[in-house]
Order: sequence, then structure tokens, then C-alpha cells
Amino acid sequence: MSVTPIVTTPTVIHAVVDTEGLAEKISIRNLDFFYGDHRALKNINVPLYQGKVTAFIGPSGCGKSTLLRVLNRMYDLYPNQRASGHVTLDNQDILSPRQDLNLLRAKVGMVFQKPTPFPMTIYENIAFGIRLYEKLAQSELDDRVRHALDRAALWNEVKDKLGANGLSLSGGQQQRLCIARTVAVRPEVILFDEPCSALDPISTAKIEELIDELKDDYTIAIVTHNMQQAARVSDFTAFMYLGEMIEFGDTTRIFTNPNDRRTQDYITGRFG
Amino acid sequence: MALYDTRRRRNRIAVGLAIGATLFGLAWLVLILAVLLWNGVSGLSLAVFTQMTPPPGSAGGLLNPIAGSLAMTVTAVLIGTPLGILAGTYMAEYGRYDRLSAVVRFINDILLSAPSIVVGLFVYEIVVAQVGHFSGWAGAVALAVIVVPVVVRTTEDMLILVPDTLREAAASIGLPRSLMIRKVAYRAARAGMITGVLLAVARISGETAPLLFTALNNQFWSLDMNAPVASLPVVIFQFALSPYKDWQALAWTGALIITLAVLALSISARALSAQRKTS
Repeated sequence: MSVTPIVTTPTVIHAVVDTEGLAEKISIRNLDFFYGDHRALKNINVPLYQGKVTAFIGPSGCGKSTLLRVLNRMYDLYPNQRASGHVTLDNQDILSPRQDLNLLRAKVGMVFQKPTPFPMTIYENIAFGIRLYEKLAQSELDDRVRHALDRAALWNEVKDKLGANGLSLSGGQQQRLCIARTVAVRPEVILFDEPCSALDPISTAKIEELIDELKDDYTIAIVTHNMQQAARVSDFTAFMYLGEMIEFGDTTRIFTNPNDRRTQDYITGRFG
Repeated sequence: MALYDTRRRRNRIAVGLAIGATLFGLAWLVLILAVLLWNGVSGLSLAVFTQMTPPPGSAGGLLNPIAGSLAMTVTAVLIGTPLGILAGTYMAEYGRYDRLSAVVRFINDILLSAPSIVVGLFVYEIVVAQVGHFSGWAGAVALAVIVVPVVVRTTEDMLILVPDTLREAAASIGLPRSLMIRKVAYRAARAGMITGVLLAVARISGETAPLLFTALNNQFWSLDMNAPVASLPVVIFQFALSPYKDWQALAWTGALIITLAVLALSISARALSAQRKTS
């Protein structure tokens, strides 16, 4: 399980964070989730604090990706999937049937496991999302595209080939393009669903560095299978097992002094 | 080792049989093409493309059936393609999990393999019999009925090949579904969808049966879609069955022209799908 990193990655030193005084950007209360009759999430309660990175860890099938997909109602694309309970974003209930899904998703962006650039040019990949919600002059649009690519640490690599197809980039570059695409629509929350599991160590380091920079402006949730990654990038960690939230707390405490036996077993590699 | 030798022997026999079957099948195709070239090439001249179908015994060409075929094929594609794409889009995107899609898919598959003469009779009943005369429009409608199921099928298949992750990515930036389909899914499936339309064109450009009862035929220059219109397959059918040597020669030439046109379409369809795989 423990892999010595080949490249130096930014290590975030966590002070013990006092949760008092932190705003809950997203609050999840008594959340249940069903795939048909199968109850995949059981009474989940967890906050996402404003401007912090929260990592969700746990063995495969524990429901961490499912939980992430509730936060932007991605599950609504499929039949027979439903959530019950309360999830609020800035105190607004996002599970309400009246919630406009497109507006919600513009506010809560998502980066996926596999890079998913659109089949269009690098420039269009970014500009496309911006044009959806804003009418901008060409020069302004150019600035926004540049800023987004800058934010995703991709600008220097692509500035001379903005007209090339997004699919022509390498896997790591594609993933940063997807991050730029997400950032470009100015979300408030960004969900990362195992963003590095298809990437090599160097690209992974770049993405982690990026997440660390992004948290100043966004509230971030990340699902990861990689324990070191959770320890490196997150402020809070939630450990899930068989659809239940076992333990949530300050990352340093979870990794050094977990309360629950199962959390300890998992982070020390005894199962999962 | 004995077991291994037996296996190798069996393998050699199986490969031999497979090659034999391939050659047998291919031989007939080559034979057809060769006969077509042998009989058709001699008749290829400028006159074929500039003059009308002649009465027996005089010189002429195939201009009116070529033009008629083009007009009806284009009209059929213009009618059939939007219908097919919309239906295929519904089945792959909006109604993927609906019962209606399963029903439509089943009926579409039946339509896909329906004998084209049945389509001709059907359009005769609902168009020709109602209007009271044969027409180019009726021919185009009959051909469109053949285009629709082909396009429905390829559109649905190609859209289903577009990974769901791409749809989720589009949704994740707040893209409404209709825009996702038009700007992302169609773009990703474009080459395959165009291939489907080209294959449909190839399919209808050789159809005779649906035109016999609908567009009939016309010995003269006419692009009036309200009147009977000549078409290459029907002219080939008529001229090939005639006892006149010059009509038979024109039929061979017409057959060669259709075959070459379909070949060109198939090659472009192939090239497009190859392009899809590499991009």
C-alpha cells in the first residue's frame, strides 16, 4: 500500500483545525440513497466546510462516489436512483424537486475519474461552458479562457495550440483541461471523483498541487482510493464503509488517532 | 505431443476451409463486377450523360433516369434523415430506459428487413391511389421509408457508443440536455451518423421495386416531381428485359454507373468510420 513518491509533492501541514467558526457550505443530514431497492447510503450526516478540502475514503463500493454524485444531483440522469434526506447548499435544499439542476451543476462542478474532454478544440472546451451562462465580448472570453487554463496550470503547455483538439493532449493534460473547464464556469464547490486514478505520478502531483491552490477560492470534496493523497490534500477526512459514515474529522486526527477500529484497520491497510 | 499434432492438423484443415469459403464467395463478386465492366464500359460515353433514353433502334443516353434517380434519392434522404436522426436520438438519449424505445426498436428492425416491394405497394396505396397518378414524390416517399430505419438504427447505435462519462461531464458544467446532445453527443458520433446516411443512400440508389408502383418511369426529360419520373433501376429493369440490343447495352451501362456510385459511397463511408476510430 505505501508507495514512496518518486516526485516531491506538496505536503500540507495540518494544524488541528477548530471547526468552530467554519461555515458549512454544504450540509448533509440523514441522507439515504437508493439504486432501485438497494440502499447504498445509510443515514449520512456530514458537513463540507467553506474553503476546505474534504476527502472521502473507504473501500470500493462503500458509497463515497455515490455520495459525491448526490451533491450535484448527477444521479438524476438515470432512472431508479433516488435520494432522501436533506442536503443544503448555502441553506438551500438541493434535493427539492424545484431545484434547477443546470444552475445547481453550474455552482457545484465535478471532475471525473477518467479525463473527459469534449470532442472540440482546447479553446472551445473552456469557452463552451462560459458562453452557456454569460454573454461576453471576444476579448473578455479570451481572458476568461486564459485565466481558467492558468488556474489549471495548463496555459504554458497549450497556449500555442488552443485550436488543437482537446483529445490530442496527454492524459494528465486532459485532466487539467477538465479542471480548467470546471473552474471556467465559476463554481462555488468542486467535486473530484478519484481525479488521479488514471494518471501517472507526475501528473498526479500536479493535480494535487492544483487542488491545494484551488481551495482558497472553492469548497472542495475529493473521493480517493489513495490514502496518502487524502492525507496530503485534505483538511477533513470522512471514512465510509458499507454505505455508512463511520468517522469524520480533522485529517490529521483521522490518520493519527482514529476513534473507530474500522477506520484504523482501513488506513493501516488491514482491509480494503 | 500427439495431442498437439492433432490440434495443428485440425487447425490447418479449418483455416483451409475458411480460405476456401472466402475465395468462393469473393469469386462471384469479382465475376459480377467483371461481367458488368465487360458489358458496360463499352457503352460509357458522353452521350450517356447528355441524351434521353431512346426509342429502340436509335441512339440515346440515360440523362433522364440519372437525373430522376438523383432527384428522388436526394428528396428521400431529405425526408428520411431528419426523421431517422430524431427517432434515433429519442431512443438513445431521452427514452433509453423507456418501454416505447424497445417497441420502436423492434418495429424498426422489422422495417429494416421488410422486402422493398412491400414498401412500394404500401406507398402505392397511401399516395398513388389517393392522388390518382404515379409521381416522383411517391417514389421519393417510398425510398424515404427505406432510409428511415437505416438512419434510426445507425443514429441510435452511434449515440449509445458515446460514453456516459461524456454526458455526465457535459451535465457537470450545467449544460441542458438538448445542448449536450447537439453540441457534444452529435459531435462525438458525427462520423458514424454520416456513415449511416451514406449507407442508406447506397441502399436506395439500387432499389427498383419501391419505384415500380410509385414513380413508374418516363421516356422523356422531366423533373416534375408531380409526374412520373424515370429512374436508373427501373430503366435497367425495363431495358434489360427488352429484346433490343441497344436497349440491353444501355441497361448494362446504367448498371455499371449505379455500381460505381454505390462503390464510391461505400468507400467514403469506410473512410469516415476509419477516421472515427483514429480520432
